[in-house]
Amino acid sequence: MTRRLDVLVCSGAACVSSHSAKVREALTQEISRQGLGDEVRLVETGCMGPCELGPVLLVYPDGAFYIRVQPGDAAEIVEEHFLKGRPVQRLLWEDPEARRIAEKRKLVPFFEKQSKIVLANCGMIDPENIEEYIAANGYEALGVAITEKTSEQLIQTIIDSGLRGRGGAGFSTGLKWGFVAREESPTKYVVCNGDEGDPGAFMDRSLLEGDPHSIIEGMAIAAYATGAAKGYIYVRAEYPLAIKRLRTAIEQARHEGLLGERILETGFSFDLEVRIGAGAFVCGEETALIASLEGQRGTPLPRPPYPSTVGVFGKPTLINNVETWANIRHIILHGAEWFRSVGTDKSPGTKVFALSGNVCNTGLVEVPMGTTLRELVFDIGGGIPGGKGFKAVQTGGPSGGCIPAEHLDTPIDYESLKALGTIMGSGGVIVMDEDTCMVNIAKFFLDFSCDESCGKCIPCRIGTRQMKGILERITEGQGRPDDVGKLRELASVLKATSLCGLGQAAPNPVLSTLEHFADEYDAHIVDHRCPAKVCKPLIRYGIDKSQCRSCDVCRKACPVEAISGTPGGGPYVVDDEVCIRCGSCADVCPFGAIHVAAGAEVSVAVPGNGAI
Amino acid sequence: MKLEDLRKIRERASKDLNLRKGDARVHVVIGMGTSGIAAGARDVMAAFLDEIGKRNLADTLVTQTGERGLASSEPVVEVRIGGQPTVVYGEMTADKARRVVVDHVVNGNPVSEYVIEVRD
Repeated sequence: MTRRLDVLVCSGAACVSSHSAKVREALTQEISRQGLGDEVRLVETGCMGPCELGPVLLVYPDGAFYIRVQPGDAAEIVEEHFLKGRPVQRLLWEDPEARRIAEKRKLVPFFEKQSKIVLANCGMIDPENIEEYIAANGYEALGVAITEKTSEQLIQTIIDSGLRGRGGAGFSTGLKWGFVAREESPTKYVVCNGDEGDPGAFMDRSLLEGDPHSIIEGMAIAAYATGAAKGYIYVRAEYPLAIKRLRTAIEQARHEGLLGERILETGFSFDLEVRIGAGAFVCGEETALIASLEGQRGTPLPRPPYPSTVGVFGKPTLINNVETWANIRHIILHGAEWFRSVGTDKSPGTKVFALSGNVCNTGLVEVPMGTTLRELVFDIGGGIPGGKGFKAVQTGGPSGGCIPAEHLDTPIDYESLKALGTIMGSGGVIVMDEDTCMVNIAKFFLDFSCDESCGKCIPCRIGTRQMKGILERITEGQGRPDDVGKLRELASVLKATSLCGLGQAAPNPVLSTLEHFADEYDAHIVDHRCPAKVCKPLIRYGIDKSQCRSCDVCRKACPVEAISGTPGGGPYVVDDEVCIRCGSCADVCPFGAIHVAAGAEVSVAVPGNGAI
Repeated sequence: MKLEDLRKIRERASKDLNLRKGDARVHVVIGMGTSGIAAGARDVMAAFLDEIGKRNLADTLVTQTGERGLASSEPVVEVRIGGQPTVVYGEMTADKARRVVVDHVVNGNPVSEYVIEVRD
């Protein structure tokens, strides 16, 4: 019997946590109940991208894309669609703008605007089945490389392609390969940096989970080109699904003779091992990663010497990021010129981003370099939910910065982002709406860097703490007139003297918010106001006399008895001395009478807020 | 395993992914509305899938559609071959289905006695 339907069940970590496994079980039961077991196949795939809408299903050949599927929907989907051929409309993705239901995945703007090279297999093949990867042209690049190409040819191809490190710094990948190949050492290593740690970033996790063989293949090609016989994939322990799928993939590749001794019966041997990190941000820095991989404490070393000369166990080592590795096979198969035809002149290829924050379609996307931030946030991301205004987009995590609305038409490439005071980073993109306080955001990232500082060098260990302290007092309304100057001074010292990238880049969130949102710092320091009404010590809750109906609901909700009044009596009043700014009253007020003011002084001027 | 062996695996395995590529030469569309199923469309579909599987016709895709308003002629099956007019068959049975596969899908000759409509 021929199969007529492939039902792809997203089993990326996000869909797994929204219980995709239960949906799969329910579908399996219904399929067998309808006697469709031979005709319909369920395939577990990696992340399909729109994580916000999970669990998601993709049905081929028709391409119907189901969102937010619950186990209870299984019977209807199987009977109506799989048996009778009528897709269940209420579960298909509806385009919010066109108000039309997209019957096919390719009609959804979220997918339409993307161009998937690195993620092409993610959500399309079963990551635990090597045959599906091979069917999708897998291991062809490795085969061609080790049977038909020389080391020099391969390195030249990568140099010509213009591929730059996708971990964020953007160094030429081909040059890096060349440095390691040049070293005369009988032992060399290749390493995959999977220590993804930026808040809001999950590109590497999704790639490792959704297409582990593409990483293995890229590493094997590099090992052949640079003369390494052993490789390590360094992944965080908090990515158990990625680790499991990687190990399965390595086993399968060994079984097929694609890893281990004499690969594809040539003279080339290479094997891989997964090393698990405890989840320290600093271990994303290559010298700290190497220390951790060797079993030592993960702290950085001064460079030079670079890992290309002295790396893992003192041997020349090639370290690339997960996404960089995933690009290699495509460049070898299709050539440097093809790769340069995608993206921009100085930043060829695509970039994978993890969209998160105040954006409608959070999830994993891949776009050509040079796509504008506006396209990324509004076309693919679907804009800001709840009708709120856009305020800023943050790239590069704790090492990056915030970009305001006036720069939304900036193309995404390494140089343009750098010019705006941020970095490409590994691909975390956090969208912020008008209710976001930029001083508070800067404090959040400084707090993260301070926490993750390994403590080895003084500028980073003490500098991040000092900066965090200043930001804390600003958000508490205790800011001093010279605080901005102090922040700038500390930032320049950290940048100039920290041992590794963590400390050198830690001031970026502060500097970029000072650059683009200086008025918010002034409001906090000079006026003691938080314009976004986020910083609790600065905001004031009050009750609008004209709207209050004395219903007593707010008084009951208040956990600290800060509200006084009698039911049916005059308007209620908030005692600011007692109020802890928890917002419980505003949440429960049925008349919208509770107002939040950005600060004490200004609230007086707000008409109708006489009670504040 | 050598590179040739890898390519052999790919050739075999890629047939398995055909459904996800959506670029088939032949589309067989079976009317699976309530009246179609009542008239035996399930058996017709099973016969198509079985015959296509036996003959290893990797370029042929079987899908279903709903009611088409031809209840008296159910089960109804459309065969679309790239560039040619769509042929609609009526009152299909499992045996007729097997003949359509052999004569029409494989050899390109529509089985005229079952045809109820031809559309451009």
